[in-house]
Amino acid sequence: MKRIVAILLALVLAAGLVACGTKTGTESREPKTKLSEVSKPENPVIRLSTTTSVNDSGLLPYLLPTFEAETGYKVEVQSAGTGAAIQKAIDGNADVILVHAKASEEEFIDGGYGVERLPFMYNYFVIVGPKNDPAGVKGSADAAAAFAKIRESESKFVSRGDESGTHKAELKIWGDNAPDAAADSWYISAGQGMGACLTMASEQQAYCLTDKATYLSMKDELDLDIVLAEGEDMKNTYSLIAVNPEKIDGLNTEGAKAFIDWMLSDEASELIAEYGEAEYGVALFNLL
Amino acid sequence: MESFRQAFELLFPPDRELLQIIGVTLRMSFFSTLISCLIGLPLGSLIGSKSFRGKSFIKKLIHTLMGLPPVVAGLIVYSLFTHYGPFGKLNMLFTVRVMVVAQVLLITPVVIGLTSSFIESASKPVIETARGLGFSGLRTARLCIGEGRSSLFSVVLNAFGRSIAEVGAVSIVGGNIQWKTRVMTTAIMLETNKGKFSFALALGIILLIIAFAVNAIASFIVKENADG
Repeated sequence: MKRIVAILLALVLAAGLVACGTKTGTESREPKTKLSEVSKPENPVIRLSTTTSVNDSGLLPYLLPTFEAETGYKVEVQSAGTGAAIQKAIDGNADVILVHAKASEEEFIDGGYGVERLPFMYNYFVIVGPKNDPAGVKGSADAAAAFAKIRESESKFVSRGDESGTHKAELKIWGDNAPDAAADSWYISAGQGMGACLTMASEQQAYCLTDKATYLSMKDELDLDIVLAEGEDMKNTYSLIAVNPEKIDGLNTEGAKAFIDWMLSDEASELIAEYGEAEYGVALFNLL
Repeated sequence: MESFRQAFELLFPPDRELLQIIGVTLRMSFFSTLISCLIGLPLGSLIGSKSFRGKSFIKKLIHTLMGLPPVVAGLIVYSLFTHYGPFGKLNMLFTVRVMVVAQVLLITPVVIGLTSSFIESASKPVIETARGLGFSGLRTARLCIGEGRSSLFSVVLNAFGRSIAEVGAVSIVGGNIQWKTRVMTTAIMLETNKGKFSFALALGIILLIIAFAVNAIASFIVKENADG
C-alpha cells in the first residue's frame, strides 16, 4: 500500500516538473531569439513603480513584451497604490514611476525627486452601484451631483480609504462635503485595493468610484452596474516621471529615458489606443 | 528611530482611532482564543490520551490543518458567508464576528495538535507514577493538569499569538473597514500600501507592546492562581 502511494506521489511530482519545465522553456526561448537582433543595454533592468490600476487592468503585461523585445531591457514592475508607488521612488527603489494623482506628482517634482511630469494618457472614473440605483444617481450632471444624491439618501458607499490615486480623486469630488467615516455609517472606508472594494460594494449593494478598467475586468463577478460615466470631474490622467539622478543615486537613468521615449512613441500610442477593444469592446485608455 | 517616535506620539496621548483599532484587535483575538481553546483543549486531550481506530489518520488530518494557509481559511469562510452563500442570510460578512469564525477555523487545529502531542508525551510518565503510587483516576487527572499547567498555558498563548498576528484571513472576511473591522495587522498593511512605511512600523511596535502586555498579564494571573 505504502509503496503504491509513494509511486503515485513520484508520478505526480514528475508530471508537475515536466509541466513547469516546458512552460519556463518556451518563455525563456522567445525573448532570446529576439534579443540577438538588438544590442543589449549596459544596465538592462528598469524598475517601474506604478499603480495597481495600470498593472491589474492588463495594460503593462500587454505593452511590455514589445518594448522588451525591441530594446533588450527588462522592466521590473512593482504595483501598489499611488502613495506607496511614489514613496518607493523617494526611497530609491525605482527608476521611473507611472501614476495618476496630479497633486502628489507635483509634490514629488517639487521635492526634487522627479525630473519632469509627462501626462500622456487618460480615462474616466465611473460610478458603479446597485442595479436598481436606490439614490437615483443615473442622469446626474457630474460626479459631484451624483455624490450629493448618495449623501442625501445615505445610500451605502465604499471608499478606497487608502490614499491611492482613486481615493484622492474621490476626496476631490466630495470637496467640503466629505463624509466622516466615524459618524456616517453608510460611508464605508475599506482601506483596500480597487478589486477588494468592488467586491465589497457588490456584497453590500453599495456605490463605489472606480477606474473603468478594473470594473470591466471584474464585471461578470459583480452585481453592480455603471450608474454614471464621463462627468467632467471624473477625468483620470496618467503621467510618467523619471526619478531624478541628482537626488537619488544608483538609478538606471538611461533605462528610464528609453522606457519613457518608447511609451510616448507612435508605436506605443497605437497599442495603448487599441487596448481593451478586443476584450471589452471599448478602449480603456485615451491618449492626450 | 522615526518609527519609535511616531509610536510614542500615538500612545501619549492615545489616538482615538488607534484605541478603537486596539479594542477590535483584542476583542477578536480574545474570542477566537476562547472558542478555539474550548473546542481544542478537550478534543486534544481526548486524542492524546486515548488510543482508537483511525487515530493516526486523524492526527495526520490535524497536522495538515495546522498548516492551512490563512488566505485559504479566509476564502472558505468568505464563500460560506457571502451574500449568495449558504450563510449569506445572516448578514455577517465584514463583521468582527465572522473574523472570529475564520480565526477559530485557523487556530483550533493548532490547539488540538499541540494539546494532543503534549498530553501524549508529557502525561504518560505522570500517569505511570500515579498508578505506581496507587492514586485514583480523578487524582491522576488533577495531577496531570497540575503538572502540565504551564504547557497548556503556552498552548493558549500560542493560540492568542496566532490570532493577534494574523492578517490574510481577517482582511478577506473583515474587509479592513475603518471604525468597524480594522485591526492592527490590517492597519499595518494599509499604511504599508499607502507608502507610509515608518508609520506602519510604528503600528508594528505598538502591536508587539500589546502582545507583550497580554503575555505578561496572563502569566501573572496563572502564577497567582498556582501560588494561591
